[in-house]
Amino acid sequence: MTAPVFSAVLGRDLRLAARRRVDALLPLAFFAVAVSLFPLGVGPEPNTLRQIAPGVLWVCALLAAMLSVTQLFAADQADGSLEQMMLASGAGSASALSVAIAKAVSHWLLTGLPLLVVAPLFGVMFDLSGRSIAALCASLALGTPILSLLGSLGAALTLGVRNGGVLLILLIVPLCIPALIFGSGAVSAVESGASARGHFSLLGALFIATALLAPLATAAALRIATE
Amino acid sequence: MTRPMLANLRLFTFASPPRFYVLAGRLVPWLWVVAAVLAGAGLWVGFFQAPTDATQGDAYRIIFIHVPAAWMSMLLYMVMAFWAAIGWAFNARLASMVARAIAPTGAMFTFAALWSGALWGKPTWGTWWVWDARLTSELILLFLYLGYMALVNAIDDTRRADQAGALLAVIGSVNVPIIYFSVKWWNTLHQGATISATTAPKMVATMLTAMLLMTLACWAYGFAVVFTRTRAIIAERERDAKWLNGVSS
Repeated sequence: MTAPVFSAVLGRDLRLAARRRVDALLPLAFFAVAVSLFPLGVGPEPNTLRQIAPGVLWVCALLAAMLSVTQLFAADQADGSLEQMMLASGAGSASALSVAIAKAVSHWLLTGLPLLVVAPLFGVMFDLSGRSIAALCASLALGTPILSLLGSLGAALTLGVRNGGVLLILLIVPLCIPALIFGSGAVSAVESGASARGHFSLLGALFIATALLAPLATAAALRIATE
Repeated sequence: MTRPMLANLRLFTFASPPRFYVLAGRLVPWLWVVAAVLAGAGLWVGFFQAPTDATQGDAYRIIFIHVPAAWMSMLLYMVMAFWAAIGWAFNARLASMVARAIAPTGAMFTFAALWSGALWGKPTWGTWWVWDARLTSELILLFLYLGYMALVNAIDDTRRADQAGALLAVIGSVNVPIIYFSVKWWNTLHQGATISATTAPKMVATMLTAMLLMTLACWAYGFAVVFTRTRAIIAERERDAKWLNGVSS
């Protein structure tokens, strides 16, 4: 990994998002709308809502991440800047890896972090207890980076492909299932008074494994796509 | 064609699409015969010779389809990922074509394992489906097969499609050990393995015979279908090559 490429790509993505604020907030709006559908569809019974809240919030976070990640590399590939980034500093493979990591980090900062901020609000709307809301935030803090890392892998694999968005969901959601299970499981465990330690440990292990392997795979996918 | 082929037989002789095309064409009819004979024998032993199970009654006979299909679903994924990776790493065209040919058969076996499991689950567990660790991970395997097929079909450039598919297949192969060990790691509804290589099987010899016959039949069927499909892919990709016109299909 080369630090200049990393910071240049990350800084550029954040600046672009700051100039187009509405675009950057769309995933958050999707999350809010999707979560609000459940009480309307399932019915406003507080006990039911409390039971389904961890799963609903986690599934919506996952979908928000998957829907927003499709455009991660698309614009840069369309105007040719992606190839230039990959070629930067002449160190081919190191550069691809820096781009992959920078893009995943920028996606998390722009969608994962805002989600983390609004999640407690929705926890309250679903009548979760304070301890459950804390567990929800902790599980999202560990889990949304996994979603961003795997999502950027999917975005690189489906770069320039017909129906890329739908395809990305088919490819990446199966890989996100463990994070979903342990993430929502942690909240459910706290909600039912059990210890969430095991869930958090597994989620942390998943995060470490994904952080180590997903950028390498994303870099390989980028090289295949821009070859 | 035959004599020089045998005289110059080397490790990579059949890595050449034209030679593989001819060889597979010759093998496929025999593989079908083997598959039919073994399946007939396996079903006969399974349905008429094997005794009725003391607790499950006759419903247990679904395992003669279910277990081989489940084995094949996992094995074929590993084989597909292996050939896809070989094709990617060494630019071996035939390996990528074989990987692509395996995917639909693997998906079919995965679906068969899930479907036969549901048919067995209704009389024995009293439900078609439970969100048990093994069932869920097998369902994920089906999604991985579908994702692989969707990805390689969505990319028009075959080289890029093969490489991207290989990357996805290798990443997805993480799931196979999870399925295999799921019944050990999580003690959920699906029972553990009855057959293992290291201990005596916990089932009657006739049942074991039937299951092994069916497994071999599935192998022969898998080879036959994959070879046929590989031939079709070769014919499609090499449609402009001269050699193809000289070979009778």
